[in-house]
Amino acid sequence: MTHVLDPDALPGATPTVHAPLPPYDDVTRSDAAFRSFLHGLPGVDQVGAEARAAQLGTRSIKTTSKAWAIDTAISMVDLTTLEGADTPGKVRSLAAKAKQPDPSDPTTPRVAAVCVYGDLAGVAKDALEGTGIHVAAVATAFPSGRASRAVKIADVRDAVENGADEIDMVIDRGAFLTGRYLDVYEEIVAVKEACSRTDGGAPAHLKVILETGELKTLDNVRRASWIAMLAGGDFIKTSTGKVTPAATLPVGLVMLEAVRDFRIATGRQIGFKPAGGIKTTKDAVKHLVMINETVGADWLDPDWFRFGASSLLNDLLQQRQKLRTGHYSGPDHVTVD
Amino acid sequence: MSSVFEYAPAPESRSIVTIAPSYGLFIDGAFVDGTGESFTTVNPATEEVLSEVSAASDADVDRAVAAARRAFTRVWGPMRPADRGKYLFRIARLLQERAREFAVLESLDNGKPIRESRDVDVPLAAAHFFYYAGWADKLEHVGLGTAPRPLGVAGQVIPWNFPLLMLAWKVAPALAAGNTVVLKPAETTPLTALLFAEVCQQADLPAGVVNIVTGAGDTGRAVVEHGDVDKVAFTGSTEVGKSIARAVAGTSKKLTLELGGKAANIVFDDAPIDQAVEGIVQGIFFNQGHVCCAGSRLLVQESIHDEVIASLQRRIGTLRVGDPLDKNTDVGAINSAEQLARIRELSDIGEAEGAQRWQPACELPAKGYWFPPTVFTDVSPAHRIARDEVFGPVLSVLTFRTPDEAVAKANNTTYGLSAGIWSEKGSRILQIANQLRAGVVWANTFNKFDPTSPFGGYKQSGYGREGGRHGLAAYLTGADSK
Repeated sequence: MTHVLDPDALPGATPTVHAPLPPYDDVTRSDAAFRSFLHGLPGVDQVGAEARAAQLGTRSIKTTSKAWAIDTAISMVDLTTLEGADTPGKVRSLAAKAKQPDPSDPTTPRVAAVCVYGDLAGVAKDALEGTGIHVAAVATAFPSGRASRAVKIADVRDAVENGADEIDMVIDRGAFLTGRYLDVYEEIVAVKEACSRTDGGAPAHLKVILETGELKTLDNVRRASWIAMLAGGDFIKTSTGKVTPAATLPVGLVMLEAVRDFRIATGRQIGFKPAGGIKTTKDAVKHLVMINETVGADWLDPDWFRFGASSLLNDLLQQRQKLRTGHYSGPDHVTVD
Repeated sequence: MSSVFEYAPAPESRSIVTIAPSYGLFIDGAFVDGTGESFTTVNPATEEVLSEVSAASDADVDRAVAAARRAFTRVWGPMRPADRGKYLFRIARLLQERAREFAVLESLDNGKPIRESRDVDVPLAAAHFFYYAGWADKLEHVGLGTAPRPLGVAGQVIPWNFPLLMLAWKVAPALAAGNTVVLKPAETTPLTALLFAEVCQQADLPAGVVNIVTGAGDTGRAVVEHGDVDKVAFTGSTEVGKSIARAVAGTSKKLTLELGGKAANIVFDDAPIDQAVEGIVQGIFFNQGHVCCAGSRLLVQESIHDEVIASLQRRIGTLRVGDPLDKNTDVGAINSAEQLARIRELSDIGEAEGAQRWQPACELPAKGYWFPPTVFTDVSPAHRIARDEVFGPVLSVLTFRTPDEAVAKANNTTYGLSAGIWSEKGSRILQIANQLRAGVVWANTFNKFDPTSPFGGYKQSGYGREGGRHGLAAYLTGADSK
């Protein structure tokens, strides 16, 4: 690791209130210390990471394994609508689909959550009452994240008050790319605080969106993953879905390696959510294979892994129907939402 | 492996390939019966007998060399270079068209996973033919003057680890340069060479340009020592390579040898660890470690030893060992009972000498020849597993403290075929690579092959280069030489 003279690291200096978990409790003591920690993480060789991801993509998942993978993937979907044109009616319709993804087959599992903008979280909450399906809301000036911290925090509080069980925040990519890592960290800490509820209920789960399509390099993806995990994020998530490329396999691989290494070091398990660009059952199965062979079965659970997707669900349902009936149906055999 | 997500068997169908109950020799464009005793070739994963194959006697080899000589003098030698290129392009395309057939047959006869035969062996074999096909009418640019000439008849003896690929490495440059060949595939893996003979027929390759004589050591010796062979190319063990060098000494035959190796894979503390671990796995467990350039000695910087070993063991735990035809298999069967015995013997010696053996929990099939992925730690340079080529899925881990020590240990071997360097620091890679006595040095990768890249060794790893422009030089003579 590089050693940077750190003028702020006075002996006996009190750590910040939200110190990360040991053994990393002193890495955020100053900008310089945090930078040298993040830049001291092992580098990622892009060619090698891409080759490994491609190799995992060649696994052949058939018959019983495929059936298991499809049902598991359905149960991990965060069924998402994030459009300017969203209305309460659209959200209610999506909630109905979340409860009963395939009306022709009641054995189809339910999805994990419905993901909407914060102002519609209340609508989704009402529509999903008693189902166990979570309401996730995007916040913090999603998708760009370009607003003052006060506005972002207000955005989060609003979504939490509207009943969101999970908050999907975006990191400040501008701050990250200019090297102000501590700013990024502190903002996540502040958002995490805003996820608590005034009524004393369990705080909303925090998913931290890195928007890897804007971070560009896999080294950056690894560093941003660590910032989010150290700051207390419950999940790290690839993308908003508004930037291309979004959830690629190499990015997923690096993020999974990060959550794996973080648990080994701290004992705390962090979830992973690829979002954006996962449209087919084949893509979804590749992700499940990657989890299986990178971090292992502990993450093969909706509590620790989610797909952020909208069109994926229908492809999973059609593949499921195919396994059941032996032939492919058409798009009219699954509901639009 | 985890229990929640088990992969159901995904076997590649073997119905695509037809294996005859017995095979003759391929001489002068036709399959003919050999006059030697025949032998069987088995599927090493199941010990099932696949077919019976003729062993070529001295007389058979004589016939094959005579056919090759005739084809060289009358047809292939005088042919327009561009036309020779056309035949090679045709062969390359046929290899691609029949790729699945070749892949399945290779996995059946050799024991290697279908993932590798399908994604590596067969595509690379086709790529070698495509590459050298392009050279056929450009030989004046090889660097041997304006009118390089072929040598004549090439006697080629190849190993069992990459049967079809080694055939391509040998046959493609020889033919492109205008030579004809007599090739002897390994005793335990003759089938893809015989299927290749069918491809030669299908491509209408003139009779006698490619002759394939199957058999064991005696057949190989007859090919190498034949008086009318102008060029000998051998890939295999250092021991046999030495005896060939002795046999060829004092004759006018040209010789290239590609022999054993004990490659160092050097991991510095600034390496991309996750990719380095992948590279270590790829370096030693690719093709069950039956790779002359395998990264069988891991040299890891002491400061990251524990982290790398923990990571490596976790990764090895996910390797899937079993049915070579299953598309999800990572590590297949050991090629022969004989090789399995050697791997076992050297591993036992490693343990007896004080190294720590580690193997993942993995269930091996009851029949066939199997050896689990194995890592030895606490290996010292004095141990035999750090010096002898195991040619199996066995990794020896050594440590170093400084770059100088890494170089000294890496070069401290009688071999010199390949090496690997893992570091995120470009200047370090260049500096270390210049000091390594190895024919191929990979940086932040391992076991990558390409027809454009020359391959060959230092010291007891042999001499001469295969692949690239350099590979043609072994099959040509310049206008100014004899």
